[in-house]
Amino acid sequence: MSDDQRRVDEISGTETTGHSWDGIEELNTPLPRWWLWTFYACIAFSAVYVVLFPAIPLVNEATQGVLGWSSRGNLSEELDEVAATNLERTELLQAVSIEDAAADPSLRAFAIAGGRAAFQVNCVQCHGSGAAGGAGYPNLNDDDWLWGGSLAQIEETLLYGIRHDQYDFTRWSEMPAFGAGILTRAEISDVAWHVLDLAGLDVDDVEAAARGATLYYDQCASCHGDIGEGMDDLGAPTLNDAIWLFGDTHADIAKQITAPRHGVMPGWQDRLGEATVRQLAIYVHGLGGGE
Amino acid sequence: MRHGNTVIALAVATFLSILGIAFAADRAFEAHMWVLTGVLVITMLIMMGKTQVAPAGRLAAEVKPTGYKDDVIRWGVIAIVFWGVIGFLVGVVAAAQLAWPALNIEPWFNFGRVRPLHTSAVVFAFGGNALLATSFFIVQRTCRARLWGGELATFVFWGYQLFIVLAATGYLLGITEGREYAEPEWYVDLFLTVVWVAYLAVFVGTIVKRSEPHIYVANWFFLAFIITVAMLHVVNNLSLPVSLLGAKSYSLFAGVQDALTQWWYGHNAVGFFLTAGFLGMMYYFIPKQAERPVYSYRLSIIHFWSLIFLYIWAGPHHLHYTALPDWAQTLGMVFSIMLWMPSWGGMINGLMTLSGAWDKLRTDPILRMLVVSVAFYGMSTFEGPMMSIKTVNSLSHYTDWTIGHVHSGALGWVGMISFGAVYYLVPKLWQRDRLYSLQLVNYHFWLATLGIVVYAAVMWVSGIMQGLMWREYDAEGYLVYSFVESTAAMYPYYVMRVFGGLLYLAGGVIMAWNVFKTIRGDLRSEASMDGAAEPIPAE
Repeated sequence: MSDDQRRVDEISGTETTGHSWDGIEELNTPLPRWWLWTFYACIAFSAVYVVLFPAIPLVNEATQGVLGWSSRGNLSEELDEVAATNLERTELLQAVSIEDAAADPSLRAFAIAGGRAAFQVNCVQCHGSGAAGGAGYPNLNDDDWLWGGSLAQIEETLLYGIRHDQYDFTRWSEMPAFGAGILTRAEISDVAWHVLDLAGLDVDDVEAAARGATLYYDQCASCHGDIGEGMDDLGAPTLNDAIWLFGDTHADIAKQITAPRHGVMPGWQDRLGEATVRQLAIYVHGLGGGE
Repeated sequence: MRHGNTVIALAVATFLSILGIAFAADRAFEAHMWVLTGVLVITMLIMMGKTQVAPAGRLAAEVKPTGYKDDVIRWGVIAIVFWGVIGFLVGVVAAAQLAWPALNIEPWFNFGRVRPLHTSAVVFAFGGNALLATSFFIVQRTCRARLWGGELATFVFWGYQLFIVLAATGYLLGITEGREYAEPEWYVDLFLTVVWVAYLAVFVGTIVKRSEPHIYVANWFFLAFIITVAMLHVVNNLSLPVSLLGAKSYSLFAGVQDALTQWWYGHNAVGFFLTAGFLGMMYYFIPKQAERPVYSYRLSIIHFWSLIFLYIWAGPHHLHYTALPDWAQTLGMVFSIMLWMPSWGGMINGLMTLSGAWDKLRTDPILRMLVVSVAFYGMSTFEGPMMSIKTVNSLSHYTDWTIGHVHSGALGWVGMISFGAVYYLVPKLWQRDRLYSLQLVNYHFWLATLGIVVYAAVMWVSGIMQGLMWREYDAEGYLVYSFVESTAAMYPYYVMRVFGGLLYLAGGVIMAWNVFKTIRGDLRSEASMDGAAEPIPAE
């Protein structure tokens, strides 16, 4: 193609540039005005923004911007604002007893809002988003409590945890492994049948359950109670209900008697602080099963 | 001896690869070298089968090249279609894994490995082959020159396919640098660098020996894309291997510097790979298919230079509200806002080129694809600067909104223009009168468009919902929702996204069938699209 073959395009009435590549020509249309002015406006906006906010890196530090805005400052402002709003009730929550706090409607609403938020971040991993627990993790909605379900007991559990050796006040108990030389496998099986009987579940082997009853009184009743009512102070689970931490089949129970698993819950005193722990205690107590 | 040198080179490479297996420092590298050896042996056997022996000088005369070098482009078009369907399929799998976590098959096909497989398959395998094939096609025709470097272009194409295979198998084996869009490990990066430099040489060599007095605008964009991607690739992948025969390496950068390097690369992978290169395609295929001159030469100059200058600074907007210093965040935002009009300059030039030819949209589904592609380009290049504004970003960041944004660009802009290019190229490259079926193109158009609309709309809703749930405070200032609650709320949208992806995949499969039949030389007897009564006879 020769260098210059300018022509006026019939449809647009615009002149071409005179070049052609593989049959493609280009019109010499001027820049659309709206496009150009919008481009200028964006540049102008940017120029102003750069003056107002931190923007230009210099030798030692960047320009700070006329507005004095920083993302860290912005965050701490918002956090301070929330803290200031809640300051009064946070102090009051800790000044009174937990029972009084739970009885006060305003404090109770405050505690449940904060406790719910803290629960969703810190507790749902084990206890589930509906607090219904799972195998090995207690359900917090029912009235069966391993270590007590009063406000004060729940708060104690939350502060120091269970079997969490970081805290001196943590509560600790350990069921013996009856499979390690205390009972024979046959005896463990008998006890398991008796435990099923205590819970009112189906017992396949009635004779074994009767044999297990004697063993139970000798070996188990000191902690779990004569009729399997459990003991909060020792964290000994109630056996005569339908709530089971590690399963309710004969095999599950025999397994737990043979080599018990012991749950560990971390203490939250240092991590969350006492105010949040108190909120959590009131929230968990209010889930439905608080005593 | 024809192909003799190739076979010898492949044999040497196979030998080195076997040494790699023998002396590998870790199991992953050993497995990867097995893959490489397998690919090399198969390639060598194929090439040995093609080897011809003849007296010196005789063979050279028989295969003396004439005209344009199109054989490599024909392979390239097949690769676009093949990797496209694979990439869309893997995307649907990844989307399904999010909706139904049971589909995560450990360890090779869990989401963590499938996701980079999807992104690399669509960006680098599908998009990359589209860029290679169309740039080779366009640069020859707009320069009126055969590709420079003889068989170097063949090396570029097949070397690039080997890179894709090594990258993809590496992800599934768990070999990754963990860098977004740059996951392959150091030895694969080094190989790609060699291929890319060869690509640059072929492209620049062809431009240098052109018969046209001026360089066409499409080639400016292709050249900017090739050069910038070379720079981005090298800098982002600067790393120190743990062992010379091991799969692991560590980045030269650390902390926030590393994050900024990654997003300087990541954003410009979008800017130069998925935008500048594809604008080059737009500047050729739209005027060709519409048979109209490009709307404005002046606009093409201004928007080219402003786009190239501004894009490279916008990366920090991926790191708003992070440890990145405030000043860098500010600059990332303002450069993104200034980028809005330069991007729209390309959209205007694409759409306005149709003035005087709008009626063709009624009868030409290929042109329709190209136009919808540019429309999606315009939409996502408005959405991008908007999302870079910090107040908007504080809602959109880390949510599915970002995923929706990137897909409206990828499925809409990149995908549609590539489909248009494939449908334009196939009859020309195989010397067919027309495609097997224009009706199938029409079906593909509607399936793909519907798929994008479903996908993008669903991700907007779920992304904005997600962002709002994360920032929902009650009167006391406490968060209302936990993260897992927001995840559970996404389920219906994840399912709908799978549906959108399936529509898009179905369109891709139809394209593969249409291309296959066209290459075979079949013509479907069908009514013409303009409503004329008599059917086009099958020949």
